[in-house]
Amino acid sequence: MSALHELTLSEAATLLRQRQISSVELTRAFLERIEALDERIRAFTLVTADLALQQAQEADQRLQRGEQVTPLTGIPLAIKDVICTKDIPTTCSSRMLEHFRPPFNATVMERLQASGAVMLGKTNMDEFAMGSSTEHSAFFPTHNPWDLDRTPGGSSGGSAAAVAAGMAPGALGSDTGGSIRQPAALCNVVGLKPTYGRVSRFGLVAFASSLDQIGPFARTARDAALLLQAIAGPDPRDSTCSPTPVPDYTAELTGEIRGLRIGVPVEYWEAPGIEPSVARVGQEAIQRLRELGAEIREVSLPHTRYGVAAYYIIAPAEASANLARYDGVKYGYSYRDTSDMWEALDKTRQYGFGPEVKRRIMLGTYVLSAGYYDAYYKQAQKVRALIAQDFEHAFEQCDVLVSPASPTVAFKLGEKLSDPYQMYLNDVFTIPANLAGICGISIPSGFSEGLPVGLQILGNAFAEATILRVADAFQRVTDYHTRRPSL
Amino acid sequence: MIDRETVLHIAQLARLGLSDEEVELFRQQLSSILEHMAILREADVSGVSPLAHASRLTNVMREDEPDPSYPPEVLLANAPDQEEQCLKVNAVLEES
Repeated sequence: MSALHELTLSEAATLLRQRQISSVELTRAFLERIEALDERIRAFTLVTADLALQQAQEADQRLQRGEQVTPLTGIPLAIKDVICTKDIPTTCSSRMLEHFRPPFNATVMERLQASGAVMLGKTNMDEFAMGSSTEHSAFFPTHNPWDLDRTPGGSSGGSAAAVAAGMAPGALGSDTGGSIRQPAALCNVVGLKPTYGRVSRFGLVAFASSLDQIGPFARTARDAALLLQAIAGPDPRDSTCSPTPVPDYTAELTGEIRGLRIGVPVEYWEAPGIEPSVARVGQEAIQRLRELGAEIREVSLPHTRYGVAAYYIIAPAEASANLARYDGVKYGYSYRDTSDMWEALDKTRQYGFGPEVKRRIMLGTYVLSAGYYDAYYKQAQKVRALIAQDFEHAFEQCDVLVSPASPTVAFKLGEKLSDPYQMYLNDVFTIPANLAGICGISIPSGFSEGLPVGLQILGNAFAEATILRVADAFQRVTDYHTRRPSL
Repeated sequence: MIDRETVLHIAQLARLGLSDEEVELFRQQLSSILEHMAILREADVSGVSPLAHASRLTNVMREDEPDPSYPPEVLLANAPDQEEQCLKVNAVLEES
């Protein structure tokens, strides 16, 4: 048997059910791994070791009795620190929420707890999920396990790095413009952004409410399917959460994709800034899919080139409204050295927010302000409609679409910090799916000079089962997802 | 291009205090970012309705069933300051 921290989630679940290992042993193995490695990687903002061991004991009791056992019972997981955990700090990697302890659990946390999962801790992120490198954490940057001088991507960089380094077999993140798929690609793990409305956003600290979705990280498509199964489905506390029935995702993992129509959006492959080695790895992955019997065809998403601009108007606009709640009155950081209400408000926000969050509040407020609303915000919303239509047309001809998940491999820490727009361009392939509300997954698809390259598979709304089937079929004939960084 | 006055006006709308360095930094960066946004003007949006939401449904409503609420001390546990189970804030109206 391989070391416990090398097990996939599914392998661990089988061993737990067979009582060959206990959840306490498994949890301890991951806690030891975190202890040994996280000083260098810094994926976690908080490790909840005592709670994890307590939850593991409870899971072991469930497994022993054979009651209420699910595939996640006894499985340790890492949780992005944007997801509310009752009485446990939920910081969004911001000074603003450094000491915030939510009085409630996010719906996804309730569901994980009901399934008997174990929480290892909370993971680092770009502040309020705004960023593509995890360098905008107010606390510290996270390092890519494949090269500690590089970023893990972001904003869910902590969750991606934790899974990549074997510090957790699975994790949750959130994806507003690529914040699950891009770090998954840069860290050689699987990351899935569900369809808008597939997973409840209750207890997900809001960034851009029309775009945000919670989703899983794991080593394999099968593991991601198990995690999605546990968290998906309607929630009375989220009026945008869909009543569409949740299929049995693992039942769809047949390995069979013969005749499946896979579209290759030409605009994604011709995008400026795509590294040739990334495109080459992507083309090789498409060849594998062709060998599996899929029908590969070119498609056009003609409004792709407007995606980044539309997104970086809409997302900051929504963020500027959502973040208006941080006023230093109800919770969070509060500037107190004044008796003037307005000064207290201004300074609370000045000192509580970091530079990227301020930049987006400014940008969002600008595009919503009188005189600029029509030219920027309304125009971006119209372009958003065109981007959504592009996908509607494409999915009339194809079952899924494939592209690289990120135009580049992991970049150096500090490399893109001084030019915000260069950082925004990292999201060029992931943003359109959020704007259209469809689902997407990034899976390990090869390497360029030792650094991982992710393949993005996009599916129509509520077609998670299809993209997971393609991802799983690809992983059955490739071993990229089994490769580990040397740490 | 965005000038200094616009930055200060936007910061005031957002109730966001900025240092002098930040005012200058954001003046430059917002100008540069908005230049990239100009590409949106090239899109032909004639006859297109704005899309505010990617949700495929209107709101999903639940039954209006009363539930116990949180006790005040739970909701006030994160408050920066409080008095007699109320949030304590600076005076809003000045004494005349």
